[in-house]
Amino acid sequence: MENNNFKVVNKRLEKIDSLALACGKPMFCDDIDITAMLYGKIMFSPHPHALIKNIDVSRALEVKGVEAIVTYKDIPRIPHTTAGQGYPEPSPYDTYILDKKVRYVGDRVCAVCAKTLEAANEAISKIKVEWEILPAVFDPFESLKGKVVIHDEPDSKNIPDARHNIAAEVKELVMQKKTEWFEEADYVIENEYTIPYLQHCAIEPHTTITYLDEYGRLVIRTSTQVPWHVRRIVAQTLNIPIKKIRVIKPRIGGGFGSKQEIMLEDICAFLTLKTSRAVKMEYTRKDVFVSSRTRHPAIIKLKTGVKKDGTITDIDLDVTLNAGAYGPHALTVLMCSGSHTLPMYKVKNNLKFSGRSVYTNLPVAGAYRGYGATQGFFPLESQMDIMAEKIGMDPVEFRKRNYIKLGETSPVFKAMGEGREGVEQSIKSIGLIEAIDRGLNEIKWYEKKEKYQKLNQKSSIKYGLGMACMMQGSGIAEIDMGSATIKMNEDGSFNLLIGATDLGTGSDTILAQIAAEALGVELSDIIVYSSDTDLTPFDVGAYASSTTFVSGGAVKKAADLVRDIIIEDASKILKEPKENLRVENKSVISKSGKKISFKEIANTAFYYHDQHQIIASASHYGKTSPPPFAAHFAEISVDTRTGIINVLNYIACVDCGTAINPTLAEGQNDGAVVNGIGHTLSEGFEISSNGTVLNANFRRYKILTSKDITNIKSILISTYEPDGPYGAKSVSEIGINGPLPAISNAIYNAIKVRLTEAPFTPDKVLKALKKK
Amino acid sequence: MKKITRNAQGFFNISFILNSKDFSVDVSPKETLLDLIRMLGYKGTKRGCDSGDCGSCAIIMNSVTVVSCVLPALYADGKEIITIEGLGDVSNPHPIQSAFVEAGAVQCGFCIPGMIMTTKFLLDRIENPDEKTIKHYLDGNLCRCTGYIKQVNAVKLASSKLKNIKNRKWR
Repeated sequence: MENNNFKVVNKRLEKIDSLALACGKPMFCDDIDITAMLYGKIMFSPHPHALIKNIDVSRALEVKGVEAIVTYKDIPRIPHTTAGQGYPEPSPYDTYILDKKVRYVGDRVCAVCAKTLEAANEAISKIKVEWEILPAVFDPFESLKGKVVIHDEPDSKNIPDARHNIAAEVKELVMQKKTEWFEEADYVIENEYTIPYLQHCAIEPHTTITYLDEYGRLVIRTSTQVPWHVRRIVAQTLNIPIKKIRVIKPRIGGGFGSKQEIMLEDICAFLTLKTSRAVKMEYTRKDVFVSSRTRHPAIIKLKTGVKKDGTITDIDLDVTLNAGAYGPHALTVLMCSGSHTLPMYKVKNNLKFSGRSVYTNLPVAGAYRGYGATQGFFPLESQMDIMAEKIGMDPVEFRKRNYIKLGETSPVFKAMGEGREGVEQSIKSIGLIEAIDRGLNEIKWYEKKEKYQKLNQKSSIKYGLGMACMMQGSGIAEIDMGSATIKMNEDGSFNLLIGATDLGTGSDTILAQIAAEALGVELSDIIVYSSDTDLTPFDVGAYASSTTFVSGGAVKKAADLVRDIIIEDASKILKEPKENLRVENKSVISKSGKKISFKEIANTAFYYHDQHQIIASASHYGKTSPPPFAAHFAEISVDTRTGIINVLNYIACVDCGTAINPTLAEGQNDGAVVNGIGHTLSEGFEISSNGTVLNANFRRYKILTSKDITNIKSILISTYEPDGPYGAKSVSEIGINGPLPAISNAIYNAIKVRLTEAPFTPDKVLKALKKK
Repeated sequence: MKKITRNAQGFFNISFILNSKDFSVDVSPKETLLDLIRMLGYKGTKRGCDSGDCGSCAIIMNSVTVVSCVLPALYADGKEIITIEGLGDVSNPHPIQSAFVEAGAVQCGFCIPGMIMTTKFLLDRIENPDEKTIKHYLDGNLCRCTGYIKQVNAVKLASSKLKNIKNRKWR
């Protein structure tokens, strides 16, 4: 049920760190100066697949200021994954800090640290490597043949089929089988869709600073989404105890999944251990593009059956992901392309998923906002429109007829988790129908469709409307855990210590809002400190749309516990039974009208009677992963002479349960949508015939700028999710899944051409028009 | 422009005003203006691409916005520079800084100093810019978090805030 009496939650409060950020305070990883710090640099491979026959660093060591050079010979060889996931990670252990073999253009060869960046760069230019060039493979289907084996090393673990370059595989997962395949379908539709290499483009490049503290412990200050996974994986790869490592996450300049990864921390830490000096490593923009992580390029085959009355009879989804040279997130992204999309609609008879992530000699894919759902919804929502057209049904009505309703479940939830079986759940909150109706109204769907049908006959500029529906999850059920500690100060303020990782999402703010709501205080009474493995309790980190739901659940529990202690203390002071007391406005108030301030309670606890610190900790993990739902509507124009697509209006309605902070929730949705429109219109790697990324800069890899933004509107649809803190669900990822299918559907509406290969650049539009 | 000479170590001595303070420093010809500013402790100016494309390093030099990552530090000689720290502080923020906060335009905040400097440049020239003009000016400041929507609103809010301030000390 909905509670409209919130005092702090569901309010448009200012993000607690925003003024300091707007004033340029030194809050990011690179914003501190450490005396006598060294600069580390990685030498990257110029070859897509090669063995190091010999590496000569003698001339590089002569460069003035060089302190250390490390190659594969100097470093422990421990197979691991760079994926920042819970332990044991469902990704193959196929990576070594440094290896004798390089597997893509941009792979690590060796590392240098020097007194200046200039000296480090100069040293790299003087390292001589003698290569044995190996044949390389770039196409995933070619790679599956196994003529080139990318991971032939014997010590890697959990690679399902290294001989055929399979980094992860889901074989024929039949989730429902009631009849022969497509037996009852009036129409069977089969299409192939592709998504290219896409990069997150967080504006802050990956940065790590490592140093030894006064006791010789290793401190890692790093731009990460996963501080605890960094601590664990660095301990594993360098073979040092966890207790010897402290990870500190300062403010992060965006991540979107690219920082859910151990990127520089391992090698930077090794250089610090070797030199006993502070070392800083920072990716250049080119390094971020080529040598950090990307979205998995995908080739998706979708075969669906539909009856004339609008029943979906069968869905057969087959996904091939290009993992690149290593397999972080290879299995989980693959599974999410089905698990986060297929529950969306009811399927009467048969439902199947199959897929594989394939190694190639190309940049490494990993986690990226949307996490497979982006790859799954493009085909699914395109095909929803195709099916609707076939049976002559309005695409909106077709979706309304088939979507998963309140109280319903899907066999997909149980069958598909992240890297393992999933968790059964039914839908306890859904605002999809409201989202659809609101969007239709806002974009004037029917009115404009009629208008454009007439207009398009005359003009060379064609107009069209398209829509798409989508869902995501809220954390990974029964895996993701977050925790919080709250302690009271004698002025009645509270320290909120959380493991949760704010990477620009505003989680510090919304978690403080949750605490303030439960404690009956204002947001400014909550002092937040987050993501420091020495000082805050554990959290899996910022991924899988988990923070609001999972970490928020922990904060709510901890705040409730602290409130109970406050009431118990007040009950002793006021001599009133606890049942008669409640907290309100920084005081405890009794039914009889007695009142005591938090300040007095805390002072009594600290100094006067039965002295103790008012403090509590709590942990939370989700037993479910309630999906947020969204409906997106695009109004576009296609210039049939130039092939240029303009997005004129984009309405993105999202049901995220209770928006803990509506302004921040809108911001999350806006950013996801604009990123998705970038994917749709312009983004994608250009790769040369030897596997080199040719557009590894902002000039040639085009992300949208303010000039490209027309009328984009996020609308929050309020529902109440009983499993979430104050009714909240997730919001951060879902919005990125919509633009590809919604705009593809709008293009079809405008020019009757179906584009299935992202991005929809002018040349592709013109080519498709010619073919028509 | 006065001539600057190279010293025995290969450095050039330059003088400039940064956030109303006089500076005289030795710089190498390879050093960028961004390196220099950050080395002097003004960390609000950010490094996002080192190629002049993302705008995170935008500053105001002699009343014009420039991207400091592609300018040699030598260019600062004789100039007056304002960085984000020169606008306002947490205890006394500039109206543009307040506007960005109030409009919810700050997400990760990495691009924000550059974006605020561009906004300052814009509003110094055009008191009441329309949406198209705002988007045109912000075009060189990349942001991946916000989708620019609340940032365009922030510039509008900043414009009205500045108009309402009778005392023009912020100008």
